[in-house]
This record gives sequence, structure tokens and C-alpha cells, in this order.
Amino acid sequence: MTEPWSPGERDHGASGIEEPAGGAPRRVIGTPSPAPASVDKEKVPAEPQIVADPPDKAHASRAELLVAALFLIAFLAGCGFIAAYIGIEVGIGNIPVGANPVDAVFRSNLALGLTLSLALVALGTGSMIWVRHLTPNIEIEEERHDLQSAPADRAAFQKTFAEGAAISQVTKRPLLRRTLLIATAPLALAPLVLLRDLGPLPGTSLRTTVWRKGLRAVTLGGNRPLRPADITAPGSMITVIPEGYANDPDALAKAGVILIKFAPGEMSWPDRYDGGTLVASMNWTIDNIVAYSKICTHVGCPVALYEQTTHHILCPCHQSTFDAANGAWVIFGPAPRPLPQLPLMLDSDGYIAAASDFTQPVGPSFWERG
Amino acid sequence: MGNRVSSIIARRRHPAAGYAAVAAGLVVVGVAYSTLSGGGASASAPAQADTAIAQGRSLFIESCSSCHGLYAQGTSQAPSLVGAGAAAVDFQMSTGRMPAKELGSENERKPTTFKPYQIYDIAAYIASLGGGPAIPSQSEVSTAGANTALGSELFSTNCAQCHGFAGAGGALTYGKDAPPLTASTPTQIYEAMLTGPEAMPEFGDGTITPAEKRDIIAYIIATREEPNPGGLSLGRTGTVTEGLLAWLGGLGFLVLIAMWLTAKRRDHVRSESEH
Amino acid sequence: MSDDAVKIPAAVSGVGGWLDDRFHGARGVRVLMRKVFPDHWSFMLGEIALWSFVILLLTGTYLALFFVPSSAPVIYHGSYQKLDGITMSQAYQSTLNISFDVRGGLLIRQIHHWAADLFMVAIMAHMLRVFFTGAYRKPREVNWLIGIVLFTLGMLEGLFGYSLPDDQLSGAGLRITEGVMQGVPIVGTYIAFFFFGGPFPGDSVIPRMYILHVLLIPGLILALITAHLFIMFHQKHTQMPALGNTERNVVGQPFWPYFLLKGQAWFFFIFGTLALLSTFSQINPIWLYGPYTPLAISSASQPDFYMGILEGSLRMMPAWETNFLGHTIPWGVFIPALLPIGLIFTGAALWPFFEQWATGDHTVHNINDRPRNAPVRTGVGVAAVCFYGILWAEGANDVLADKLQIPLYTITWIARVAIFVVPIVAYFVTRRICLGLQRKDAELLSHGLEIGIIRQLPSGEFIEEARPLNDEERAVVEAKRVPPALPAPGQPDENGVPAPSSRGVMGWARGVANRAFTETVATNGHGNGHGHPNGHEAVEGGHEAVEGGHAAVGAGGGSGEADELDSHEEH
Repeated sequence: MTEPWSPGERDHGASGIEEPAGGAPRRVIGTPSPAPASVDKEKVPAEPQIVADPPDKAHASRAELLVAALFLIAFLAGCGFIAAYIGIEVGIGNIPVGANPVDAVFRSNLALGLTLSLALVALGTGSMIWVRHLTPNIEIEEERHDLQSAPADRAAFQKTFAEGAAISQVTKRPLLRRTLLIATAPLALAPLVLLRDLGPLPGTSLRTTVWRKGLRAVTLGGNRPLRPADITAPGSMITVIPEGYANDPDALAKAGVILIKFAPGEMSWPDRYDGGTLVASMNWTIDNIVAYSKICTHVGCPVALYEQTTHHILCPCHQSTFDAANGAWVIFGPAPRPLPQLPLMLDSDGYIAAASDFTQPVGPSFWERG
Repeated sequence: MGNRVSSIIARRRHPAAGYAAVAAGLVVVGVAYSTLSGGGASASAPAQADTAIAQGRSLFIESCSSCHGLYAQGTSQAPSLVGAGAAAVDFQMSTGRMPAKELGSENERKPTTFKPYQIYDIAAYIASLGGGPAIPSQSEVSTAGANTALGSELFSTNCAQCHGFAGAGGALTYGKDAPPLTASTPTQIYEAMLTGPEAMPEFGDGTITPAEKRDIIAYIIATREEPNPGGLSLGRTGTVTEGLLAWLGGLGFLVLIAMWLTAKRRDHVRSESEH
Repeated sequence: MSDDAVKIPAAVSGVGGWLDDRFHGARGVRVLMRKVFPDHWSFMLGEIALWSFVILLLTGTYLALFFVPSSAPVIYHGSYQKLDGITMSQAYQSTLNISFDVRGGLLIRQIHHWAADLFMVAIMAHMLRVFFTGAYRKPREVNWLIGIVLFTLGMLEGLFGYSLPDDQLSGAGLRITEGVMQGVPIVGTYIAFFFFGGPFPGDSVIPRMYILHVLLIPGLILALITAHLFIMFHQKHTQMPALGNTERNVVGQPFWPYFLLKGQAWFFFIFGTLALLSTFSQINPIWLYGPYTPLAISSASQPDFYMGILEGSLRMMPAWETNFLGHTIPWGVFIPALLPIGLIFTGAALWPFFEQWATGDHTVHNINDRPRNAPVRTGVGVAAVCFYGILWAEGANDVLADKLQIPLYTITWIARVAIFVVPIVAYFVTRRICLGLQRKDAELLSHGLEIGIIRQLPSGEFIEEARPLNDEERAVVEAKRVPPALPAPGQPDENGVPAPSSRGVMGWARGVANRAFTETVATNGHGNGHGHPNGHEAVEGGHEAVEGGHAAVGAGGGSGEADELDSHEEH
């Protein structure tokens, strides 16, 4: 075969570790022994002096200049950061009239960020070159001691521990320790007990919403009540809320409703019951307009995505899909139940209003739901 | 003839001669075709002043009737346009969605070959068949004085679930998607809300009033025109691209630095104290 | 020998003396200064998490000076004029204020959020490194468990942190959290009402999350990080298999000054990377999301990436629900919330102990394994990564559907099948790859390393020349430690008594696991008689283990796998 590979300068294996063939001292760094004369391993007198300088002086000088230059760049960048902070204003009160506040923030962020990044990267690169090119390439070896204590130490520990336990009488007097445990038990429970008033008990509040007979539906944002004639075209959809609750997020989180308009004959579903309660009916629609809860029955996201060509309502959170032409029946996705349908009626002025509250709880399922 | 040869013939063996011959042939064929076909989208302006409706009808017959029927009554391939209204025609054609490139698939925005007046004519013709929403006027889509704050509320409630919080678009079912709103003109946005193209629901003036529509348009325009103060927007689609960048950009870069930091040093020389 | 011993300035030695008079520190601090830190780039991943956490503390403190943790409604009249006149919570308004009215506010906010993402990225990368090198083995099991707790706390901390600004995206996430809480059997509605202080959204959740986010959880994380580092210090870091590295030593550079300088460089680079990200890539643009309202939602609503697997499991789950006796259990919510996370974290926590049980190996390990030398561990790790990754990708399914033009439901169906099939296939494929790499190592030992020179022999045949491995390479390749085989179930010892640990169903299971763990490709450790004395002593001990592996292979001759491995490359 060929001649053996000669390691050349990569004699990593031999420098600094393990014993060379000769009698040169081995550099073992461990816990310093108590008396300078005693030895842990072989003949290790005083520890050998470590050479503090890298071998190639010219290379080190060049490296030092490079590191210094980088640190100076970092200095300038740091000054630039402070200058950018002072010099670039943000906020409509501080920028010239008519200037774009978002643009001002863009420039400020860019300037501050660039200078900060430059300073940090320059510091990092400089430190890196420093440690890699200005320090000698020393490798040392440290001994690992047994993590396990010596048996004598363990025995001594056990003895001391047992002595102390005996002195404390806790081992000999079961009445003491049992009553101590009993005494601390309620106090340990007290922090949990104190958490009771974090919130009210749910009671029946999850079963109902604020909708009631005669309460008008108004558009969200515009707060306008709607007549059926306002929703003319089939394929229309609009989000509505109960009148008067626009500033009540707790109510809105359950009472949001979407109205969808169909062409005549497009929607049809049989009356649907859930354990004896009517929950979906064609009789609850008005003029081919149907109202469904906007709160997804999966985990409560607003289910808002309506495709008029397929008449599917898609919830963008986890892709539960409901068929609006079939009583919001679930056709895909993790939602367990169709969207609750809100019974509609026309009030005395001809506006669309609820005929009653939802006949089942809206939103995600819960244990007591039934 | 004599010694003077035509410069073309003299160069017939030039390396580029073949390419030149092909190019000349293409030009000849192309000019002949466009001259002789003489129809379709590049028809020149009418020689006489027909009414818009009549002109629209002839354009309709040429370009749309094969799918929509000779009287726009609809066929198995395309719906009836009676009652669709001028606004729908203007939207579909000005965004290039119509004429449809491929039947049955979702129609995407593409450059249109129709001139604006041709679209107007076709729209007038369709409107004459059965009414429907009209093309909004410039003042109806003007965003001067619009309330972008209300627009943001309306957009996030009615539009963001499909088009994304910043109008970057989003996925629908069965391979459809809601397009990004970066290229739509105010008129097109208004018309889309009014007519509910394809899968998009309709937002008639009864449900979202014209003023509210202008607020939404103002919001869309303001959002797409505003700079991203924090740097690159990463697509304005949210946390997915942020996470990707944290892994690939953040960790990837740092791993490279770590490899540099811990790489074996080249100056590895035996220390003097060993000898 | 050199004459350039540093003269310590009087001020420094004065302070040092003053402290030592009171704290008896000379010997202890000297030990610290001489402490050896082994060098490998993959050992620096944990430090990314550490320095990211420090940066989170610093930037978080700055943000806390401006943030108002309150749901009280206000009408906005600040610099982001597009939303002028909107009603929003004070939390959202103060975040807009930080972003648009405080100089450097947006930069610090972005650094804070990028650092949170990088913190979680680093934890995951570090955890994978520790797993695939077996650095969780004795004596480091406690540190592994602490790490898992830190991972969990980090996820929670991030969830609360990005929910504080009360924007549309994070509010939707809170709504999902409430729906999941509500669905827990028996106590779900109570948990939800107690956490939110009533029905959703209420006005208590922002201030509560705030105190969890700035006080309670950072305190826990800080304490656990301190314990994590102290344990690592005390037990000393592991090291990679290399010439001269043994179970009884640590080879590297001393803390003072090397590790300090490197740590300084690393900190600046990490901070610099975060600053670069925050300059050039926008993160969490809450002004585009708008303030949270319960009836608005956007497409592409995902949480920050480290919560992605929960999102994916919610999207993937079919609609299963049980109704009985007036009660409802929504499996479609309950299972995704608990099962994947539970599997991964419980599996990770139990793994060191499972491995000890299956291999019977209770010895201390300070040398890392090369992943190829532990095929079962590496295979299980890759399977877990695939499991995690599929859930994660499904969490982004609508973005994938939009960008890659794949139908939405198709992606979900692919994920539903892949979540079972892919990890299993990944396990087997990875194991075979590991064994294949071991085979390659055996060839390296026996043939040597091909050096790219092709030579034609006089007979006309072409051969590629190879050189024998040098000491360093040989040490790495030979550093395989195969755990000894446990007695096979039902196999009695010389007195006819079966081993107690091999009895019963658990004994059978243990036997199966043990056979998998001890499957290996035998390395022919004696090569071409290269005969270099150095470096072999440390490796000699490994030969017994390798012999043990041979015996295991021989003993398990009944199983089909052993037949494949019986072909030792003898040259």
C-alpha cells in the first residue's frame, strides 16, 4: 500500500495531552492538593508554566490590529446609535407637520437597528478573532472525580443524619410527626382555597345569550337595524349583533350572528331536535334569510368565511365547515355540532329581530352541556 | 448582374442568416394573421357612432356568447348574466378574470386585452338586459374624508377572514383562494363588495352602506400603501414566516458562527514547555 | 518559562483581597478559573437559549416601563392615525405607543419577540443535540428533566407574552384557549371562568397574564436555569468521542480566559443576530392586526411557532364528541389539547429511565455517543421529530394551501394519515441508516480511508488507494459503546434458574427492547496492525463491550435481524 499518512502539523493528539514517550511533565489540572509536596498522580512537582503568548508574533500583531479596528467600528456604531436616537424623532407631536408617522418609525428603527447590529456584530467578531488568534492554543485536561461519594463519607453522612433524627425525637414519637402533618395540611390547602374568588361560578351563563324576543339585529360597525329588503341579493352575508350591545364584548363573544340570504328554494332542512329541543327549523327564517351563530362550536373562533358558490361556512381557525343551506350541518373539520340557528321574526317596524334566544348553548362544548 | 451581388445574398452564409430568415418569416406570418383575422379584442374603433349598447352587444357576441349564450341567458358552462349588472361586468373584465381562461377553475386576476371603453360597452349591454348594480362613479369610490378606523373594524369583521388581516389573501376550500388586494383599484373593490364575484358573498348597499364601503376602501388602500416600519414584511401572513425565519435565519446563522468559533485552530503548535 | 507573567494592578488585587477576607474565595474561585470546557459547536446551542433569556429579561424590563396591562377601553388618538378614533384596550394602546411614539420602542419590542422565538428554537435544538448524543444519561437525568420543565415554561411564557398586547391574532388564540379549557371534563367551565374571571373575554385576563409573564414564570425559569447550569458545572460537561477523551477526564480550554472570551463573543453574536432580525424583519405587527374584538378573525391565524403543534392537532382531529347522561365530552378538543404534548413531554421525560431499563446500563457516561452508534435512540428521536413536525406543518395548513396551491382538506387528510405512518417508517429507515453507517465505520477500520487516488495495477485492475486511519480518526470511530445484552427471557443460567428480570410480560418486553438496543454492526477493531501505542488504552475498554455485542448478536440468532449482521467484514 501507500506510505503512511504523516500527520504534519495536525498532531493534535500529542500536544498537551497524554504522556509522550519522554519524561516531559504531563499537564494535569485538577483540584490543587492541600500540601504542595503531596501528589495525586505520578511525579507532578510544581505545575508547569503555561506560555501566555501565541507562537507566531507577526500573525498576532496583525490580528490585534484587526480586532482593534473592529472594536473601533463598534465604538463608532455605538455612538451612531445614540446619535440616531437623539436625531430621529417619532410620534406625530415630534415630526414635521404632514410627515408620515409610520415612515418616521421606519427610519428610526432602521437607523437604531443598523447601528446596534453593527456595534454588536463588530464586538462579536472582534472577540472571536481575539480568542482564536491572539491567545495561545492551549488544551488542558481536567480530572473527573467520582460523583459518588466515598463509602466512608456516605457512612458518616448516614450516621450524622440518623443521630440528628434521633435527637429530634421525630423517629421515636409518632404522635408528634403525625400531628405535625395534620397541622400543616389545611395551611397547604389554603392557597388553593384562596383562589376560589378568581371568578364567578359558571352557573347557567354558558347556556344563554343576550338575545331575546324582539331584540333587533344591528350591523356591526354601522349599528343599523336591517329590513329584509336591505339584504336583496342571494349570496349576501352580513355580521349582526344585538341592538345596544356594541360596547359589551362579553355579550358579543356569544351573541354574534351572521345573516345569509339565499335564492328561493336554495336552502332546505328538516326540523332538527337535540334531545327534545327544537334547534333548527325552516320556520325560523324570514324571506330566505337565515341567522346562524357566528361562534364556532369547536373552540369558539368567529366562523366568518362564507363561500356563496358552495354555500359553505368555513371557520379559518381549524377549518370546520358548515353547510349554510342545510341548517349549518358540519361537513368537515373538528366541530362536533352544527352552528346554532337563531329564530328570526320581524318586529312591528318591519326590522329583523330575534324571535327568542338560541334554543341551545352557543359556542364550544362543555361538560354540563347535556 | 455582373460582380455586384445583392448584399443580402452575399451574406447568406452568415452565421446569423438562419435566425434572420426565421424572424422575417414570423413577422410576415404575424402581420398577415392579424390583418386577415380582423376580429376579437384588437378590433379597431367603429367607423360610425353606434350606441354603446349595440357596440357592446356585438362585442359580447364575439367574446362572451360562446359560454354565456347568445342572449346572455346562460349555458351549462356559464351562468346567466341577466340582472348581473354593469358593475359585475366591469369588475370581471377589468380585472381580466373574464373572458375565462379555463372553464371550471377559479378565475384569477390577469392582464386584460379589452380597452376600457369596450368593457363599458359590454357592461351597458348587459345592464340593458335586466338591470343590476351600476358601475360606481368616481365620487362614490373616492376615499376623501373616509374613516379608516371604522374601515378597519368593518374590514376585520367582514373581509379579513378570507383576504387576511392586511389583504394578503388566503385559502378557501377545494383549491379556491381569496386573492390579495394589492392590485385592486377603488372601483374594483367597490364593485366586488357590491356584486360578490365567484365565491365572495355580496355586500349590498343595504348591509354595508356606500359610505362604509368607502371606509373599507380607504382602509385597504392605506394598509397596502403604508411602509413596514419593522423591516421586511415577510409576506404579511403572520407567524408562519416568522417562525421559519427564526429557525433558518436565526439558528442557521448562529450555527455557522458556532462552527467558526469552535473550529480547530490552524496554529496548533507544540507548546515549548513539553520539550 | 515565559517572562510575561501579568502584574496585577493594585486596585484589582486590593478588591480581591477585601472580598477574600470575607468570603474565603481564593481556592474555590481558582478552581472555577481552571475549569475545563470542552469545545464543540453543538455545545453552544444551550447558550443561545441562555443569552436569549438574558436579552428577554433586559428588553422585557424596558417594555414593562411603558406597557399598561389593562383591558379598560380607551379611544385611540396616537401616532398610528389609521386607527384614530377606534376603541381599544389600554394594553393595545400602550403597545401602539411603544411602537410608534417611543424612540427605539419598536426595535426593543421586536428584539424581545425575536428573542422569545430564538429562545424556543435554541431550547429545541439543544434538546435534540442532548438526546441524539445521549448526554441525558447518568448522571445527567435530573438536568434533562429540568430542561423539559424549562421547555414547558418557555411555551407558557411565550403564550402569555404575545397575548398581552390584546391584538386580533393573539385574542383569537385566547379564545381558542378558553374553548379548550371549557371542554375539559367535569372542571372545564370552572377552569375557564376562574382563569378569565368570568365569561370570555372579561377584563381580568390581561393583568393576570401580565403578572404570570413578568414575575412568576420568569422567576421559575431563572431558578431552573440556575439549577441547570450549576448541575452542569458540578458534573462537568460531556465531551465528544475523540483521542484522549476518556470517561475520567475533560479536555478543553480553561474558563479563564478562554471560555470567558468565547462566551463574550457568543453573547455579542446572539445579540447581534437578534438586532439584525429586528432591523430587517418585521415581527408581530399588531397595528396591522387591529385591536381584539370577539367577532373578527383573519385567515392565516397561527400562534407563534412553538405553539404550532397544538394548533395542528386541533386542525387535524376529526369531530368526535360523546354525549351521555346530560354531559358532553368534546374529544375533538380534549384529545388534541393533551395527547400530542403529553406524549412528547412524557416520553421525553421517561426516556432516560426507559433506556436504562432496556439496556440494564447504569454506568456513568461522560462521553457522548455518535448518533449512528445508538440506532434505537436515533430512530426514536427521528420518529418523534417527524411526529412533532407533521403536527406543526398541519398548524400552518391554510398558509400551505394558499402558497403551494394544494386544496385545504387534502392537506388535512394527508396529515391525518401521515401522523401515524411517517413516524413508524422514519424509525425503521433511520435505524437502518444508522446500522449502515456503522458498517461504513467498520470498513474504515479495516480498509482505511479512501484518499481519492486511483491506481492501475499491472494486471489492469483499478483500485482506489486508502490510507489507514490516523489516531484521532481511529479513536472517534472506535468509540462505540454497545450496552451488554441482558439474559434473554426464559434463558436459564448454569443452575437452570431464569434471570428474575426476564420473567413475565415485563421481562419479555424488556428482552425485546434489549435486543433492539444491542443490535449493532461489529467493528473489526484491530485494522491493519497500525500498531500505534498511543490512544488505544482509552479505547481498549470498548473492545469488551464490542465483544459483548458480538455475543449478543450470536445469542439472538433466532431473530431474523441477527442474520444480516452476521457478515463481519473480515479482511
